[in-house]
Amino acid sequence: MNKAAFLIEDLLKPEKVPTRDGYGKGLVELGEKDDRVVVLCADLAESTRSHWFKEKFPERYIELGVAEQNMATIAAGLANYGKIPFISSYAVFSPGRNNEQIRTTVALNNMPVKIAGAHAGISVGPDGATHQALEDIALMRVQPNMTVIVPCDAIETRKATIASVDCCSGPVYLRFGREKSPVFTTEKTPFEIGKAIVLREGKDLTIVGCGALLYNALLAAEELSKEGIEAAVINSHTIKPLDVATILNSVKKTKAVVTVEEHQVAGGLGSAIAEALSQHFPAPQEFIGVHDRFGESGEPDELIEAFGMGVKDIKAAVLRVIKRKS
Amino acid sequence: MSHYIHDEKVKELEAKANEIRQSLIEELVEAKSGHTAGPLGMADIFTALYFHILNHDPKNPDWPDRDRLILSNGHICPIRYAAMAHAGYFPIEELKTLRKFGTRLQGHPEREKLPGVETTSGPLGSGLGQAAGIAYGARMDLSAGRQAAPKFRVYCAMSDAEHQAGNLWESAMFAGNNKLNNLTGIIDRNNIQINGMTENVMPLEPLKAKYEAFNWHVLEVDGHNIEEFIDAVEEAKAIYEKPTVIIAHTIPGKGIPEIEFDFNWHGKPPKPEEGVKFLNELRTLGGKIKSEHE
Repeated sequence: MNKAAFLIEDLLKPEKVPTRDGYGKGLVELGEKDDRVVVLCADLAESTRSHWFKEKFPERYIELGVAEQNMATIAAGLANYGKIPFISSYAVFSPGRNNEQIRTTVALNNMPVKIAGAHAGISVGPDGATHQALEDIALMRVQPNMTVIVPCDAIETRKATIASVDCCSGPVYLRFGREKSPVFTTEKTPFEIGKAIVLREGKDLTIVGCGALLYNALLAAEELSKEGIEAAVINSHTIKPLDVATILNSVKKTKAVVTVEEHQVAGGLGSAIAEALSQHFPAPQEFIGVHDRFGESGEPDELIEAFGMGVKDIKAAVLRVIKRKS
Repeated sequence: MSHYIHDEKVKELEAKANEIRQSLIEELVEAKSGHTAGPLGMADIFTALYFHILNHDPKNPDWPDRDRLILSNGHICPIRYAAMAHAGYFPIEELKTLRKFGTRLQGHPEREKLPGVETTSGPLGSGLGQAAGIAYGARMDLSAGRQAAPKFRVYCAMSDAEHQAGNLWESAMFAGNNKLNNLTGIIDRNNIQINGMTENVMPLEPLKAKYEAFNWHVLEVDGHNIEEFIDAVEEAKAIYEKPTVIIAHTIPGKGIPEIEFDFNWHGKPPKPEEGVKFLNELRTLGGKIKSEHE
């Protein structure tokens, strides 16, 4: 492990907390220090954890009802006036359903609206395909002016939520999961938007991941180490702007890369990395993610395995990519 | 007779509207693309807004206390640009850059390009939400009793056909529910859209009853009667419990008799020879007076 990343001491015994809890905590902290911050929600206050802000600052919480398109335009108006709005819903609805409103009234207008997409990924579980956002990173990353962040655990989510106000004069997309997931970073772990973190050093290949699946990537790297393969693991929490320098620095040494994300392999983190590497340092790449299919109902862990994103799948991808090194 | 404006001032505004229509025709001929019917139909209202109603400062477009005019149906921006130029936001000469590469006068208006344009617009149905967001934010600060709390009003100009878009009604519901009395909607009820007459494409009526059901105060005016429009805007200021919407019945293409009511003029500009003819009609008020150019 990279000591400078200050991960938890025993990787096998993490506490488990949903990433959205970090969003709720971050909002309350922001509410206390910045009275421009307002929180909007489309009938999902508890699920998105925006109810914690509502309890503390009821006059700065705005309920929209089931109206995500309106939530985006109202937020654009509030930001136009001088507020810093956070809009909270499930990612399938926001930035899914309201994508055009975000494009025109938030991104093209370059408004400091922060878009919180909860319940992203297949690990949403029993709710099934309609509620499992697997394309939201792609939708957000192609919009000019937009910053895209996928935090890996509840602590990093809290940091990202707070940092999203000062980082950017324009809009930011923050993506969360539903399930409790391992908290493997600590308060000491560095976090800066646009700066990837090397979690583990390694000479044989580079794993670049984002979100809760990074935990699986770390477990895979540990197991591989016992088999004599040393994988570097990089947390690329910011997908846009991508920290090309940190990723290149590693891939130039390892000459192979595996990307790991709970998203369609088309258009997500893996695509962003492939775009960067093909320009600067072409290298064999394997993609862990969802391969052009919708999700389905099931238990989160079961679905992660069934859709090929488990620890064993990451290990298999590592072996494949190493074979492809020339 | 209006309580709010003198007859002489009305005559002055009518003359200004005619000048602005002339600039509009010149602007569209030069651009070689763009919309003619809607902007001509809204010339009287935009003149009333920029030359009488709005509390604004063309030399200081970011003045925090300015009234906000949100244009939702961005495609009629040539009339906003023409009114803004005449009001002093930028040189009238610049109107000739409309839709050309490098221009501040984009085909659909962009906030970051031209000071005084409050929001980027074009995709229909999204202006009212932004207007309601601004109105809501301002009222939050007023309620919080902040010293610097603003006292401006928010106006949102919309087309009639954009009321076929569902997200607009989400915003109407929000504004009604939150009793945003600092917000006034203005609907250009000109009955035309690209595919034909609104009531044939997808009927909007009863539009007044729809807004009333969404808890709005509704006024209907002749959109070419500047005095009536100004009276309605003043009445809206006195309504405390609700936002107000003014349904302004307008004639698309107003001012050029041969194109009035013709939906074919929704999305095309006059050709140069048509431009000469239209300008002459405006200068002679349709032949009622002799033009100095004849």
